[in-house]
Amino acid sequence: MAYLTIKNVVIKGFSACVPKTIEENIDSPIFKSPEEAEKFISSTGVERRRIASNDTTTSDLCIIAAERLIENLQWEKSEIDCIIFVTQTPDYILPATSCVIQNKLQLSEECYALDISLGCSGWVYGLSIIANLLATGIMKKGLLLVGDTTLKSTSPYDKSAWPLFGDAGTATALEFENNEQELDFHFACDGSGFDAIIIPEGGFRKMFSHDSLKYQQFEEGISRNGLQTILNGMDVFSFGISKAPESINKLLKKFQIDLERIDLFTFHQANLLMNEKIRKKLKLPSEKVLYSLKDFGNTSSATIPLTLITQAKKELETKHLNHIACGFGVGLSWGSVYFETNKIVVSDLMEI
Amino acid sequence: MELQEFIQNFASQFDEIEPSIFNKDTIFKNLNEWSSLIALSIIAMVDEEYDVRLKGDDIKTAETIEDLYVLIKNKK
Repeated sequence: MAYLTIKNVVIKGFSACVPKTIEENIDSPIFKSPEEAEKFISSTGVERRRIASNDTTTSDLCIIAAERLIENLQWEKSEIDCIIFVTQTPDYILPATSCVIQNKLQLSEECYALDISLGCSGWVYGLSIIANLLATGIMKKGLLLVGDTTLKSTSPYDKSAWPLFGDAGTATALEFENNEQELDFHFACDGSGFDAIIIPEGGFRKMFSHDSLKYQQFEEGISRNGLQTILNGMDVFSFGISKAPESINKLLKKFQIDLERIDLFTFHQANLLMNEKIRKKLKLPSEKVLYSLKDFGNTSSATIPLTLITQAKKELETKHLNHIACGFGVGLSWGSVYFETNKIVVSDLMEI
Repeated sequence: MELQEFIQNFASQFDEIEPSIFNKDTIFKNLNEWSSLIALSIIAMVDEEYDVRLKGDDIKTAETIEDLYVLIKNKK
């Protein structure tokens, strides 16, 4: 039973940074015709996405987001006791990118730094780790840095993946604070679906070889090499529409949360068809369910904070809100969280 | 779960093809309108109507509508 409650830790702020470069799906040469592009857009909800340049990594985006958030929160860098970096696009195979970030952000040497390798479920998992680190009150302030530059490992000749994904980096600030708020979690994982979303080569199971670079055509409009992401859309879809609502229902039941009390639902932005299906299964009113798919696509682990920042900045800054968020995808891994925010800091969206 | 009802539910995922064209022997992947997006709406329909989780491989193995019907029946 992977449930968890954490007390005395609150979310203090959010920020995000996205690349300046925009690719419009309607003009994308990946589609055979404008009709095909339109069909794709109306089903997935993705009109455009941000693409990181070759010399911009996920950590670069997260560092810019973090710098701005620290400034807006008026935190001292020396007070930051822990950083967690959740990504599947690290700077290097080794060392851990969180160590690189500690130095670039000029944080204290007395800093707990850890990388976590998760995608779509990563913000929820990362939140549970950093909140637990802070819960004893010895460490007081922490930054959860979450994001991916998925397009770097996606074939531009793969119409099942390329027009769906976008790049983004985010920062979530957390602090130990004696109060009534609590974080409630449900987590789950099903490794039998490990190959539903996978980069098959370049790790240590199938090490990089000359053949890794060879492009292969799988069907019309779908060519990629062994170092690029395979997305089995049908498997991920059937997984998402069954497991995301199930996880949220388990969370509600276990912690006796009244659905009516929830102000905002923020789900991993997989694609519109899948997300709407999840919303309808849970019978949620559309005005409470946030979307950022249209302008940013699926930004992997960054979707939950990016969606909150771009769609609910004013409410987050001015109101007390009860939230439910759910991340689900690559792993297969999924998790849901109930949390509250009370007039928090939300930085303006940064661009690089 | 009835085969006739399943064929109707299957047919209603298509916009352009007349529902009367569909029968148990229809080789659905040969239909002009068939696409990966239609496949997703079939998966959604099966989840909704029959509470069965179809996988990509199920869609790949099934040739006719009846094949898929049998597959779903066995999963129930």
